[in-house]
Amino acid sequence: MIALRRQRKLVCRELVELVTDYLDGTLSRRDRARFEAHIAACTNCTQYVEQFRETIRLTGALRESDVSPEAAEALLAEFADWKRDRA
Amino acid sequence: MRADESALVGALRAGDERAFMQLVREHSPGMRRLALTYVRTPAVADEVVQESWVGVLRGIDRFEGRSSLKTWIYRIVANVARTRAVREARSVPFSTLAGDDADASVDPSEFLADGRWATPVEPWQQVLDTEARAVIDAAVAALPEQQRRVIELRDVQGWPSDEVCNVLELTETNQRVLLHRARSKVRAALDDYLGDHR
Repeated sequence: MIALRRQRKLVCRELVELVTDYLDGTLSRRDRARFEAHIAACTNCTQYVEQFRETIRLTGALRESDVSPEAAEALLAEFADWKRDRA
Repeated sequence: MRADESALVGALRAGDERAFMQLVREHSPGMRRLALTYVRTPAVADEVVQESWVGVLRGIDRFEGRSSLKTWIYRIVANVARTRAVREARSVPFSTLAGDDADASVDPSEFLADGRWATPVEPWQQVLDTEARAVIDAAVAALPEQQRRVIELRDVQGWPSDEVCNVLELTETNQRVLLHRARSKVRAALDDYLGDHR
């Protein structure tokens, strides 16, 4: 997502832009190695990546699973109409 | 078509009400959340979901299994919701791609001139999921529309990126840029709430 100059090490400000690419596995092999070399030596960025993972986990908890009885009833009626029209 | 879907689609075409309601219960909550990224009110989102299911029934004979059934259904939702949003006269900025929201992932003031963190990044205190939920809900609701749609499908509903790209008609790269912006803002909101430096 960001063109990284080849020879230089990543700095923290650059690393925070790459976390989703890192987690999605879309960094080039070289950039992945630079990313991992940076977090191996940087407790702040290790912590940042941990916060990012925690954010993703907590966001997944927003998922809902209920359908209201009214909505279910309305859809059953739609289904009955559709089935009748097909017959 | 995948074997499990083929059976389900066959049952639907045969008019099996239980198969339909199983599908409704599985997908309606997520469809409603996606609809809410296009339209203003929960009531209209409910109508979008309803209308989408009618579209699914009317179109099921034409479903060929080129994408998964779920992806096909959500494409219908996106179409219905988009049409509805236009009718609602709400602006639907299809141009809300990477370019027009170039915020840094982390506030630049948190870094020194050489790009290192200015202050230590502290672990978050333990938090109840229900407590975090309110913070995340508010942060997600405040995102630009396309960022919100991508984080809804990727992180709230846990979809793989290729399906998200299919439904939202995004390239992989754009999808990931939008997702990263969205996640970064939600992380920042959680950090404000949970961090030691409050």
